[in-house]
Amino acid sequence: MDQIPAIARVFAYLSLLTIGGGMAAYPEMRTLVVDVHHWLTGQQIIHIYSVGQMAPGPNMMMVAAMGERIGGLAGAVVAALAFFVPTGVLTFAVGRAWHRLANWPWRAAIQNGLAPVAIGLAVAGLVTFGRGSITGWVTAAIGVIVFAATIHTKINPALLILGGAIVGVIALR
Amino acid sequence: MTTQASPPRKVSVADIFVTFLIIGATSFGGGVVAYLRNALVTKKQWLDDNRFLELMSISNTLPGLNATNMSILAGDRVGGTAGSIAAMVGMCLPGFIFMTVAGILYGEHGDRPLVTAALRGVAAAAVGLLGATWYQIGKKSVKGFYDAFFILAAVLMVNHYKVSVPIALLIVGALSIFAHRPAKAHTTEKDPEWIRFLR
Repeated sequence: MDQIPAIARVFAYLSLLTIGGGMAAYPEMRTLVVDVHHWLTGQQIIHIYSVGQMAPGPNMMMVAAMGERIGGLAGAVVAALAFFVPTGVLTFAVGRAWHRLANWPWRAAIQNGLAPVAIGLAVAGLVTFGRGSITGWVTAAIGVIVFAATIHTKINPALLILGGAIVGVIALR
Repeated sequence: MTTQASPPRKVSVADIFVTFLIIGATSFGGGVVAYLRNALVTKKQWLDDNRFLELMSISNTLPGLNATNMSILAGDRVGGTAGSIAAMVGMCLPGFIFMTVAGILYGEHGDRPLVTAALRGVAAAAVGLLGATWYQIGKKSVKGFYDAFFILAAVLMVNHYKVSVPIALLIVGALSIFAHRPAKAHTTEKDPEWIRFLR
């Protein structure tokens, strides 16, 4: 229970880094959750983050599972609220003011300028994530096959993730 | 053309909540934006395509996930403040329950060898999936030297030079916004390519 204020601080802060998607925040999330607060191990954060890719809805709802591991049910609620409410309020306010910003010349500059940064930060997050989860030939093969299947077929990604679990059970025990 | 010019419709809060709850419960495997567009533009016709893309461009410029940002913005357009909250809660509730239960189960069974093996497979698959998503966005949106340079700069700063994400975001973000500053030719474009890609 004494971790609740820290959960609120950490996840609210992480939410501000999710420019263009959740992956951008991953390296900082790993630093804070694993190295600074010792809430989870490096393997646990990878497991929870991966299972989160199977959940319906926003693909960062895995913060609820992290909060649950850290502080039980209250931790789950606080982590989710801290992660989604502050950016939500910001989005609501900017959405209301948008027609006034529509002709602001820097608006396009910010949009176009942030696009490559968002991609770069997501790739950086993915590299950090991949270093912990691609650990041998089997995991590398799973990653490559899912990558190719996602690009070349219309198969539901949740099924690919489930396929990864099955291959893992067979080949990684 | 009449639908293109139609003003946002007022919809009941309950209808908004249920609509987003269904999306929040069925959008397995990411790609929530496609589910949103299908429900809001095609089926319910609460928004037209132009409005949807406008909301996407707001959503992409701000921190927060597309799924939740779009719920807040679309909920506000069709149902005001209450609609916005209903949309956000509906979108988040199923995934929240799913992941909270997943957390509890992980705590109880996560260290069994069978579960660990499955989760290692899941993590490897997640790398492939997330890699493919960003590869596709990158392929559509990298235009010219500047974009490639800023992507590389962000990656190297975080992964090689161990700069923390917020510092990298501030430095590379400021330089990139400056490089795209007003009065340069390509800022006249309305939406970046990666927003159009997410249609």
